[in-house]
Amino acid sequence: MPRFALVLTAIMLAIAIAPRAMPGPHSALAQTADGTMAVVTEPAAPAPSAPGPLQAVLQANADAIAKPSRTTVDTVIAALLESNAPGAATFLAQWRDRGVVQRKADGLFFYGVETADGFSLTDPDTGKNTGNAAKADVTQLRPNSGVRGVLSSALVQFQLADPDIAVRESALIAIERGAEASQLEPLRASIEAESDAGLKARKTRLERLLTIQFDPSAEARIAAIESFAGDISVDVRAALNPLVATTPKAFAEVPAGTNVARALAPGGDIPLDDAYGLLVTAGLAQAAPTLAEMRAALIANRADGAVAGVPVAALGSQAARMDAYARLAAAGTVPPPVTEDAKRAALATVSIVAVYNEPDANVTAAAEATLASISRSLALNQTLDLALDALSLASIYFLAAIGLAITFGVMRVINMAHGEFIMIGAYTGYVVQQFITDYTLSILVALPLAFFIAALAGVAMERLVIRHLARRPLETLLATFGISIALQQIAKNIFGTQARPLTAPAWLDGAWVVNDVVSISTIRIAIFVLALIFLALLLFILARTRLGLEVRAVTQNPAMASSMGINPDRINMLTFGLGSGIAGIAGVAIGLFAKVTSDLGSGYIVQSFMTVVVGGVGNIWGTLAGASMIGSLQKVIEFFNPSNTLAAQTYMIIFIIIFIQFRPKGIIALKGRAAGD
Amino acid sequence: MSALLEVNGVSVSFDGFRAINDLSFEIGPAELRAIIGPNGAGKTTFMDIITGKTRPDTGSVMFGEPPTNLLKLPESRIAQAGIGRKFQRPTVFEQQTVSDNLMMALKAPRSPLAALTSRRTRSTEERIAALAAEVGLRDSLARRAGELSHGQKQWLEIGMLLAQDPKLLLVDEPAAGMTVSEREHTTDILKRAAETRAVIVVEHDMEFIRRLDCRVTVLHEGSVLAEGSLDHVTADQQVIDVYLGR
Amino acid sequence: MADAKMADSALPGFTHQPLWKRNPSVLVFTGLLAVFTLVITVLSEGLGLGLVSTSFVKILGMTLCLCLAAIAMDLVWGYCGILSLGHFAFFGLGGYLIGMWLMYARTEDIVIASLAGAELPPTAQEIRDAIGTQIFGVVGGSEIPLVWSFAHSLPIQLALVVLVPGLLALVFGWLAFRSRVTGVYLSILTQAMTLALSLYLFQNDSGLRGNNGLSGLQNLPGLDDVPQSVVSVWFFIASAVALGLGYWLAAFLVSGKFGNIIRAIRDDETRIRFLGYDVEGYKLVVFTLTAIIAALAGALYYPQAGIINPAEIAPIASIYLAVWVAIGGRGRLYGAVIGAAVVSLLSSWFTGGQAPSVPLGFYTIDWVDWWQVLLGFGFVAVTLFAPNGLGGLVDRLVRKGDGR
Repeated sequence: MPRFALVLTAIMLAIAIAPRAMPGPHSALAQTADGTMAVVTEPAAPAPSAPGPLQAVLQANADAIAKPSRTTVDTVIAALLESNAPGAATFLAQWRDRGVVQRKADGLFFYGVETADGFSLTDPDTGKNTGNAAKADVTQLRPNSGVRGVLSSALVQFQLADPDIAVRESALIAIERGAEASQLEPLRASIEAESDAGLKARKTRLERLLTIQFDPSAEARIAAIESFAGDISVDVRAALNPLVATTPKAFAEVPAGTNVARALAPGGDIPLDDAYGLLVTAGLAQAAPTLAEMRAALIANRADGAVAGVPVAALGSQAARMDAYARLAAAGTVPPPVTEDAKRAALATVSIVAVYNEPDANVTAAAEATLASISRSLALNQTLDLALDALSLASIYFLAAIGLAITFGVMRVINMAHGEFIMIGAYTGYVVQQFITDYTLSILVALPLAFFIAALAGVAMERLVIRHLARRPLETLLATFGISIALQQIAKNIFGTQARPLTAPAWLDGAWVVNDVVSISTIRIAIFVLALIFLALLLFILARTRLGLEVRAVTQNPAMASSMGINPDRINMLTFGLGSGIAGIAGVAIGLFAKVTSDLGSGYIVQSFMTVVVGGVGNIWGTLAGASMIGSLQKVIEFFNPSNTLAAQTYMIIFIIIFIQFRPKGIIALKGRAAGD
Repeated sequence: MSALLEVNGVSVSFDGFRAINDLSFEIGPAELRAIIGPNGAGKTTFMDIITGKTRPDTGSVMFGEPPTNLLKLPESRIAQAGIGRKFQRPTVFEQQTVSDNLMMALKAPRSPLAALTSRRTRSTEERIAALAAEVGLRDSLARRAGELSHGQKQWLEIGMLLAQDPKLLLVDEPAAGMTVSEREHTTDILKRAAETRAVIVVEHDMEFIRRLDCRVTVLHEGSVLAEGSLDHVTADQQVIDVYLGR
Repeated sequence: MADAKMADSALPGFTHQPLWKRNPSVLVFTGLLAVFTLVITVLSEGLGLGLVSTSFVKILGMTLCLCLAAIAMDLVWGYCGILSLGHFAFFGLGGYLIGMWLMYARTEDIVIASLAGAELPPTAQEIRDAIGTQIFGVVGGSEIPLVWSFAHSLPIQLALVVLVPGLLALVFGWLAFRSRVTGVYLSILTQAMTLALSLYLFQNDSGLRGNNGLSGLQNLPGLDDVPQSVVSVWFFIASAVALGLGYWLAAFLVSGKFGNIIRAIRDDETRIRFLGYDVEGYKLVVFTLTAIIAALAGALYYPQAGIINPAEIAPIASIYLAVWVAIGGRGRLYGAVIGAAVVSLLSSWFTGGQAPSVPLGFYTIDWVDWWQVLLGFGFVAVTLFAPNGLGGLVDRLVRKGDGR
């Protein structure tokens, strides 16, 4: 097996040259280039009397190296590998990176680093500096990108066994991105000697993936395929899916040994015309003229304002055209038309089957089985991922809606400007970042500040407007809408219409990745935690504090509460401040992952209303239930229709409208007389 | 004699509190009945059940001849079947005139189409005027109901009730906030109404009930405690216990 | 009979009278509208002296349509107490339905004209394919969607202008009223319906050209020879007639017993229910009827605007409709008209850049930027200090406060 021997040599060669290449050809040469003084003091070494082993190989292929093309580069690489010459890998790397020059005088190759007035040369065999050369005396080799690609993939084989783990890893990544058949053997050979356990596991896995694609032995492929049962990684699916890809074909009789996936019913699994087209391709039927072809034939055969005796003016219907064409065909002028019935009859005599592109039936069977097991495990993981997404969306809705729920519960008014308090919070975060450049610190400052500013705006609105519209909920709704459009426009006038960035600190940038399917970004985890904190905080305030007691009393029975000496004005003001403040916090959170614009809030306002309505009024758990339901519903619908989030929202709203039919007072409703009417 | 309204074994509870507990009750087609009982005895809830505002957990409410089950009907149908109700707090349409208030209450087809095609004829106007005269609002027909005094609103509401020409009238505390002479007038109206139909009056004021001179039903904790003439029930030891405390 | 005589003498004005006597504003309004229409027609470019530009005639015609929509809103909210945040969706739906015919029929004309020179006379299928490509090319399609099945026929599409919004309102209203959703809950629910509809229309595969909407609606199929200046006056007059008819219909509805009952529903739903009225049925009638009025207004509006897209239907538009009615004064038909006319005309004046800027020295108030702020706060002020709106001022001038 000469091929295998060749590869083995290459690897040994690579190992042999590796130490000298360290810490990489670039830096080695760079050092030399930096020390121009040293080069000058040392007299320029004369050309070595006898070329080194590497130079000998290079000289043997001098033409191919000096003017490389995709076709010739392979012979050079093969020659280099065969020669066992130390430094071959370094040479390949240098060649690829345009670091090789050829001296015009004697045609010898050197590594050359460009200096101010020429090149500083290094002997490829010894690695020693051999002095400078003027630009005119040498030719720099500039292989084109195709050649460089070939060189890179050849180099991967060397790098797989490189002592530097970083080099090995990058070689592995290169293979993962685009594998070639030639890489399978070096990869296999490098596994044994791999010292790093993590890298070894990756190499083993990659080896199995390459085996699936490139190994000549069906048994080895099947074993590799089966080893991936239940593995949901994207690369496995990418390796397996081509194996089960099929092409529809037509046969008068399916030849033995054809790897048939399934039979196709014309008109059902495959459109009638397509099936007939296969028949034509297979030479089993005569081509049917298409509508366009028939039309062209009619046009071509016009004579004296008529086609085959039918006046052109009468050809304004498909039936008339068919008739005229049939006459032409009867006269033998054009190929005869094929009717639908004829097509069906022709198809009835043959088999239309989907044939696997992969010829080996055992391999395709194994691939189908493994893919089936993968899809089961994929479904499980997707559900998990969906649950995480839903949880994250639910926490956003919870944060956005809870303030609204509190104010609605206590005062029975809908605050249409709630979304603008969210916007105020987001802009507060943005402005704080203009003054505090440390992102972590700025978020820590922005959160309480956003609460404070939004709460202030809320209290002002309650005192100036809402208080004067007591017990007129519809007017309140509209008045707060007026405030909403005014606030939005003011924000637009101040900050402009373009989106402002609210940058998350670096530690929030990443994602928690479980596997290729299940992952969630750190920001969303942070928002989830924030939602939990506020849930706990609000539960504490409502259940354990005087304010909470009074708020609950006003929520359940305002008249009774006021007769018990609770000042409803004060409660209204405080709850409005609290609710608006939380909206401000939600604004900072939302701003971290969405763009901060003046209509940031209005994008969440309807969902917030829905959350409150669906959840039920006057109960934190209700809001939580509402947010969870709406969040998961939206994600589930999006899952079934991923291309279309608009449709998802449409269906969700319709669902909510229907839901309200069955639970008009929400999931968690106050019962009895306190609920009122 | 068959009963006009027959309530049988009705119970309802709010959040575990039993407002009505296995209540049974009967009233004939032309009878005046007073219902008394301490606060929380379930008087208002009883009326809510008959008029369909509250749905009981168990029991049946049969009304009319042939008897129909009211529990299956929406509020508006119950009203159309011939049950009129006057609320504790006077509720008239304050933005509209006395005449309009009475006109809406007048017995007539209730569907939207009927309302669209109805015309105010001489005879409707006469009936409205007659009703207004009966409740002492003859001179206030063109006034807005919101401008009326408290007592006048009570009367207007009674007038609206009569305009409906119901078979059964439910009257919740009609005398509240009325002067002595107004009360006398109210008593007269109710007694006259009871000559042709059934009237149930819920009232706290014993003097008012004495003047009504009718059968009395005492409710306590959601069920009937005693029934009979006022003298009979006031002599009942249980009733005394409930009213005066043990 | 003495009784009857007494009733006759003591009850003037209580027996049945013609509409214009029960609701004198009908006559005043019709008169003013007729004079206005006549004046504008005489001054117009298309049919008159040319003192009023075609674009302004269009703005006025559109404003009349908005006034009609505002009357519908006033009926449903001001009189019946249902704060619907969905009536502009019905308005837009009407525009879409008539727009489909306008766009289809005109494209058909163009396609037939362009295929006239072809080697073979076009088949029906070829025409249809060409129309499909022409209309749906922007959303990457060429098939004519199912919803366009009747787009070739004006009578059917006109019927759909009434039927589709009417049915939508009927089904939605039936669901909502049946489960006794009232007050702000109902408002939120109608807003959700509006949002769902606009989001649906925003999709490219909704069959209504996604966010491109329908365009070229100002061109009437088959009437290419008639200049826009004339078409604009036709539509202006049609809008005026529709508004007049709408006002009469609304006045008829609110002046009789039906009007008493829906106002009673607004003021005390429970009480009127115990009088035997089927509150849900009445609400459903008002909701559906006003939805149809709004749809008809939209069907007249969008041929004048020339283009309709899903953004028109966004929930905020319906809220604006409520704002106009509130500023004009709820529960007064002329209030709705005044509100819609004043606010929408002011709005196009301010945002059109004609309003003079206000220099403050350190800052110049440019109304294009600040009109929304003014409108928002102005609206809050009206709600707080003039709950009867501009119509309330009219009432005070006329010195009649009968609550109509």
